[in-house]
Amino acid sequence: MSDAPDFFDELSGYDGAPRGPYADFCSWFDRQDPARLRRKSKEAEVFFRRTGITFNVYGQQEASERLIPFDIVPRIISAREWARLTRGIEQRVRAINAFLHDIYHRQEILRAGRIPVELIARNEAFLPQMIGVSPPGGIYTHIVGTDIVRTGEDDFFVLEDNARTPSGVSYMLENRETMLQMFPELFSRVPVREVGDYPKMLRRSLAACAPPACTGRPVVAVLTPGIHNSAYFEHSFLADQMGVELVEGDDLRLVDGRVAMRTTQGYTPIDVLYRRIDDDYLDPLNFNPASMLGVPGILDAYRAGQITIANAPGTGIADDKAIYSYMPDIVEFYTGEKAILKNVPTWRCSEPDSLAYVLEHLPELVVKEVHGSGGYGMLVGPAASKREIAAFADKLKSKPAAYIAQPTLALSTVPVMTRSGLAPRHVDLRPFVLVSPNRIDITPGGLTRVAMKAGSLVVNSSQGGGTKDTWVLEE
Amino acid sequence: MLGKTAGGLFWMFRFLERSENTARLVDAGFRIALTRSMAAEAEWASVVGTAGVRDGYLAKYDEFRAASVVDFLLRDRSNPSSVMSAIDSARSNARLVRTALTREVWEATNECWMAMKEVLRRPVSENDLPDVLATIRRQNALVRGALTGTMLRNDIYNFAHLGTFVERADNTARILDVKYYVLLPSVSFVGSSLDNVQWETILRSVSAQRAYRWLSDGDANPKQIANMIILDQRMPRSLAFCTGQIRENLNLLAANYGVRLACHDQAEAAEQRLLDNSIDTIFENGLHQFLSDFIVSNRALGLRIEQDYRFYG
Repeated sequence: MSDAPDFFDELSGYDGAPRGPYADFCSWFDRQDPARLRRKSKEAEVFFRRTGITFNVYGQQEASERLIPFDIVPRIISAREWARLTRGIEQRVRAINAFLHDIYHRQEILRAGRIPVELIARNEAFLPQMIGVSPPGGIYTHIVGTDIVRTGEDDFFVLEDNARTPSGVSYMLENRETMLQMFPELFSRVPVREVGDYPKMLRRSLAACAPPACTGRPVVAVLTPGIHNSAYFEHSFLADQMGVELVEGDDLRLVDGRVAMRTTQGYTPIDVLYRRIDDDYLDPLNFNPASMLGVPGILDAYRAGQITIANAPGTGIADDKAIYSYMPDIVEFYTGEKAILKNVPTWRCSEPDSLAYVLEHLPELVVKEVHGSGGYGMLVGPAASKREIAAFADKLKSKPAAYIAQPTLALSTVPVMTRSGLAPRHVDLRPFVLVSPNRIDITPGGLTRVAMKAGSLVVNSSQGGGTKDTWVLEE
Repeated sequence: MLGKTAGGLFWMFRFLERSENTARLVDAGFRIALTRSMAAEAEWASVVGTAGVRDGYLAKYDEFRAASVVDFLLRDRSNPSSVMSAIDSARSNARLVRTALTREVWEATNECWMAMKEVLRRPVSENDLPDVLATIRRQNALVRGALTGTMLRNDIYNFAHLGTFVERADNTARILDVKYYVLLPSVSFVGSSLDNVQWETILRSVSAQRAYRWLSDGDANPKQIANMIILDQRMPRSLAFCTGQIRENLNLLAANYGVRLACHDQAEAAEQRLLDNSIDTIFENGLHQFLSDFIVSNRALGLRIEQDYRFYG
């Protein structure tokens, strides 16, 4: 089944025989009529279009709505694998919250010399306005989407921590819904853990972090930049699933010191705002004055304990790509334990030795912008032409501190349905983590992104990547 | 509910209603053009006038030819009232208020939009026109059915209905206003084939041919037609029916929120003004004047509702 033995295939390992977690699925799959499965694949697309699960693509002429390709072969994770992943993720998320609290208060980690001071001081993701501010419940990152890649039977790496406003959870939920509709019989054969509780848990988690000013049942709302945002579908989906209002900046204003939304009956205060806009746009009075998306003065209300903002402003300093390479130290510093999940080795191009190495080895490396996201502006060395590499080298030399480089990982593959049968494609995994004062919940599963092109290592949806339903098996 | 959401619902259903009425106007025009090719150009001109897009049309075309009128009214995105533009706007508003809609209503709206994009992808030929118009009506009916079948009867439902009936009242009044001269007794020659066709067009424009057969004694009679379309509360596109629905939905909002606002008095006064008339007094005082006044007061009521319920910041 696997014609790429250089990579670990999660279905067939290196030798071709189905691995344990896939056994039940394979015995079902082998008895299916391939033509029927292909028909089902088409059905899935119709289902997504009708539901309106689309995303807008930036940088295209017409504000077009595109579907993210969905593949019907699930990505399956055993209970044992999942247990280890969750321990590692939980450890990392605890460390991130401790780090954020420290970095905006006593800065012990800088005093201890574990992270260079200038990395924080000169970092745009560090918000001086947050110094000395303690968020309600002590939580900075209520929602985290930890990107994980796998390279072998026991080799998992954290690629990114996504502690700002991770997206994709709506696809996790809709992918499962689609699979349940298309292959109900499969779920009676394979014991798959449920993901559908996520919206309920998200709401509970947000409500548990209500600010001091909240007196009754916490009023929660989702803040979106609007219908033209690429993730608008997800924003409205989550608001709908939680049963809370979906607001935009122009629905909100400060009334008696509290952030309130304009309703048909006047202004109603909001207790917890799950914002899906970046820090920079959150408050034109305190951040980018040109922002039309935010709420003037919301940061002042926040600092006065009048509202909870999730995630807290300034969390970006924890998932900054320049900070990433220090994560093993950060985990150890705050938890006193070694990191359970590995980091990908990272060269900081700001350091002359590293830069020299990176420039010499560009064809083998993946180079990312420190402040970039979504796969924009990155170089995948092995897939790039000579000319692209030369052009990138120039960019790198002119602004080395803006880049980090990592080895090209031998990402694991999972088969996808193609016209000529199953074929391996590279995947990553984004589990979703909810943090509240007394607990951390990790939904069993997450978003599996898959590069739809043979050999491609880029899984980002903005670059043509697709998704799969992700199954975590019961014990 | 957010003011913005109320506004989004109101406009979503105004645009859906508009798309259906535009399709119905095209249907009526098409029918006349088929049966009376001599009068076709004048008929298409009056269809464009009724849709309220005469200036936009004349900026683009010199003559009222069937193909260009049909294209302008169904497909042209530079015409904000074309069926395609209206469905686009309805869907944008539906996305905006997605959290207020059931999955069924959202999907019906989204499917309506997808179906329209498909059938209106290319200019519509005369042969395909009946099918396309039927598709528009059917898709609209599916949204309405999903709304009736799945939505809670709360403020969301009321704002949706207000949009439908404010738009419909406006459309019905404009259909009559463009054709009012054929209803005037002074120029009517009872039984003449011209008038029969004109009256038929009016009835067809408000989907009332069948209702008229059952409610009247069978003879086409301008006063009876006008009476049915203006004052008959059983006729779902009549002005009386629309104003009744507007008043009722506003009163439900007042009861639900426990507050009466300016729009409530305005709606009741408007309905009272309408019902104080008989068809005879309307004709005596001037049908055109009556319809013009109605359109103005209906528009003012729409604006009042927008303000009273804080649609915009």
